Amino acid sequence: MGVDTTSNSAKPVPTGPEQDVLLKRITGELHDKGFVVANIDKLANWARTGSLWPMTFGLACCAVEMIHAYMSRYDLDRFGVVPRPSPRQSDVIIVAGTLTNKMAPAFRKVYDQMAEPRYVISMGSCANGGGYYHYSYSVVRGCDRVVPVDVYVPGCPPTAEALIYGILQLKKKINRTGVLWR
Amino acid sequence: MDLALKDLGEYIADKLPEDVNGTTVILGELVVSVKAEGIARVMAFLRDDVNCRFKQLMDICGVDYPERIPRFEVVYNLLSLINNNRVRVKVETDEDTPVPTVTGVFSAADWWERETWDLFGIFFSGHTDLRRILTDYGFDGHPLRKDFPLTGYVEVRYDDELKRVVYEPVKLTQEFRSFDFLSPWEGVQGVLPGDEKAEDAEDENADGAVGEGDA
Repeated sequence: MGVDTTSNSAKPVPTGPEQDVLLKRITGELHDKGFVVANIDKLANWARTGSLWPMTFGLACCAVEMIHAYMSRYDLDRFGVVPRPSPRQSDVIIVAGTLTNKMAPAFRKVYDQMAEPRYVISMGSCANGGGYYHYSYSVVRGCDRVVPVDVYVPGCPPTAEALIYGILQLKKKINRTGVLWR
Repeated sequence: MDLALKDLGEYIADKLPEDVNGTTVILGELVVSVKAEGIARVMAFLRDDVNCRFKQLMDICGVDYPERIPRFEVVYNLLSLINNNRVRVKVETDEDTPVPTVTGVFSAADWWERETWDLFGIFFSGHTDLRRILTDYGFDGHPLRKDFPLTGYVEVRYDDELKRVVYEPVKLTQEFRSFDFLSPWEGVQGVLPGDEKAEDAEDENADGAVGEGDA
């Protein structure tokens, strides 16, 4: 690896002999190794969090709350969250509602068609763990049995605010753990 | 209203004596019980007869009575907009006895018979496309039968090695527990603490009224 500036603490070093020593060390290393690793992953994360396009995947009553979040009162467009009709164009899929056995293969197919990096928000009790239908003969006991989930939004159904909070948590997660390739 | 329904029931029974088992008026609703082999004739009669004109088939469903023989009932709900009237037609059957389809009379019956087949396993003879309609592809059993286990037989999971969704026998980390709580919708039948106050107040009011009357 080259000179890693990302691991340095964010606090700037004040001018003086201390800074001179640091700069001399870095210049020496740069001269020695020849390249610098800068924060382009941070830039990419910033861009990703600014345009999280979710796949429209409303399955039950949670979809209504998801629609509330999109509509003018909360207006997720302000966060760059614009619903897409195609998995090829989406970054995140919001599983809003009861995932049934019959739907599970179709859901997995949609997820597989999404381009990396892709994220999953599980919205509501039914998607989180089966919820009311946990003991039903036809319902998947949590959509994490089918796809890896990034954020769980609890509630039955969660309010529009709760979903927005979940989206903001996902943004934080991307900022914290996002990498250029995974 | 009940009398008019009773007359209509007798009229239907008179016109189709060999197909109708009997008619009753229950809670202001006319119920016609019919022999299975005559169902299509009865439905056509109810649709076309000038006194009936039940032109709309609202619903077909099954009912499972495990203690009865035969165990199933098929229920047809009909609506007449012209006469502002409704009628319910019932047919008894079991797992093995087919019920003749009524798709020839009401095309709307197609999907409802599929649904009844799917959920109860009641076979409709003469139906051109009797597939499952609601449950999963390759589903085992008929879930609205009383002897069908609540959690079914299979559950799904994505298998990362096979790269597809797989079906496995149900494994529950915690069994289903049925709590014997009183349903808040049924109303609490027992006496709650504090109820006696309301009764005392009523008694006092009654005493006061009597006293005034005496005066």
